Amino acid sequence: MSSEFGVWLAAFFTIGIASFLYKDNPLYKFCESVFVGISAGYWAVALFWENLIAKMFDSLGISYFFGLWPEKGALQDIFSGVWNWNLLHILAGILGIMMLLRLFPKIGWIARWPLSVIVGSTAGLWMITYFQSNFLSQLQKTVVPLFDIGRINELSEIGAAMSEQGRAIPFDAYFAAYLGNLILIFGTLTGLVYFYFSKEHKGVFGKTAKVGIYFLMITFGASFGYTVMSRMSLLIGRLYFLFSTWLGFVN
Amino acid sequence: MRREIPLILTAIVGITFFIQFFVPHSPMRELSETFSDWYSIISAFAIWLGGLNLMKISFEKVYKKDKDWFFAVTTIVSFFLILIVGLFFSGGRQYLEQGSGYDWLYRNIYSPLSATMFALLAFFVASASYRAFRARNAQATVLLLAAFIVMAGRTPFGDWITIYLPEGWRLSNLSNVIMNYFNVAGQRAIMIGISLGIVSTSLRIILGIERSHLGGE
Repeated sequence: MSSEFGVWLAAFFTIGIASFLYKDNPLYKFCESVFVGISAGYWAVALFWENLIAKMFDSLGISYFFGLWPEKGALQDIFSGVWNWNLLHILAGILGIMMLLRLFPKIGWIARWPLSVIVGSTAGLWMITYFQSNFLSQLQKTVVPLFDIGRINELSEIGAAMSEQGRAIPFDAYFAAYLGNLILIFGTLTGLVYFYFSKEHKGVFGKTAKVGIYFLMITFGASFGYTVMSRMSLLIGRLYFLFSTWLGFVN
Repeated sequence: MRREIPLILTAIVGITFFIQFFVPHSPMRELSETFSDWYSIISAFAIWLGGLNLMKISFEKVYKKDKDWFFAVTTIVSFFLILIVGLFFSGGRQYLEQGSGYDWLYRNIYSPLSATMFALLAFFVASASYRAFRARNAQATVLLLAAFIVMAGRTPFGDWITIYLPEGWRLSNLSNVIMNYFNVAGQRAIMIGISLGIVSTSLRIILGIERSHLGGE
């Protein structure tokens, strides 16, 4: 059994949260409220050092002024007659304070200004990045030959190597070579047809959309299975912590 | 003031990021880097706004002695505990280093709490899937089968129940085929749809047609 206070604390919180499986109880509520407070504080501290200090106080030269950072900033540059774009971070600081005014209902509307900067930058950035990474690159990966000739040729080499070990070529290697690209192209196209709502899903178009639904159902099933497995892995991790690190039953 | 300036700000920032992609030179590059920093700085203030709002609500709860006010006290104490330790007693910028007070709180309180919270979802997902996965029609059956094959194929159990098949032809291989081809095809269709949606929504926001972020006016 561990003699570390931190391990006992972690075990207490693990059991406290897990006690919800029995029913909602005061121990769970206590741990939940600690989690809420700690999470909020955790991010407040992290963003204070990473964003406010590093990107605002350092770049403006305020940290340098107080002797907390060795490099000069925008304010020192300006006094030396050199333009520094980081001087504009003063405006970001003002917008940030405007954001905090949301706490006061009468003047809360002022928070719309900084919010509009956040929304505008997200919109401008995502419009390009999503178009590039999700649209163009996914289309590029879909426009491929129906059969992967390279992989088909590799099959004989894989087969020779496997037969030396007395094993057969795996099923997924055959599938990847002969049907992989076909399924990728067909599945993507039928899935896209399903998402096209400007035309009624009737006749050949409707049947194609229906095939698309089946592909989407497989995707949802696979994603669900994958998510369950990741949650299970977290659960195993917590059980391992309790029985190994805390109680020392498992080595 | 309340609507026009936010709309203009959204358009300026959005258009700058858009143009910067096509003209990655001065002054667009510097301007976009500046706006990118602004984004980080304002996000930090937004997180602080969330924390302060949480404190405001919690203090109100304690002051009014609402139901379960004791748990609000716990929230306040834990918030200030990590805040004070992280800001003043963790070596400043080295707050993340192993052995700092902030790191201790992270490893022994934050991490077990969040991991157990998400681990609990395994039970709720299992009970939800029992209700949702009943094979009521062909599509639900396909979803059920795909989920079963992926889950079983990622554990030794999957290969154990198909042990009579030759090696390489067992459930783990079928799971790979579903994950790498059928799943990818569906994901790709979804991703292409999402990206088109994001492009059109972003355009609407930048042009001021979509104004829901300003309070739906």
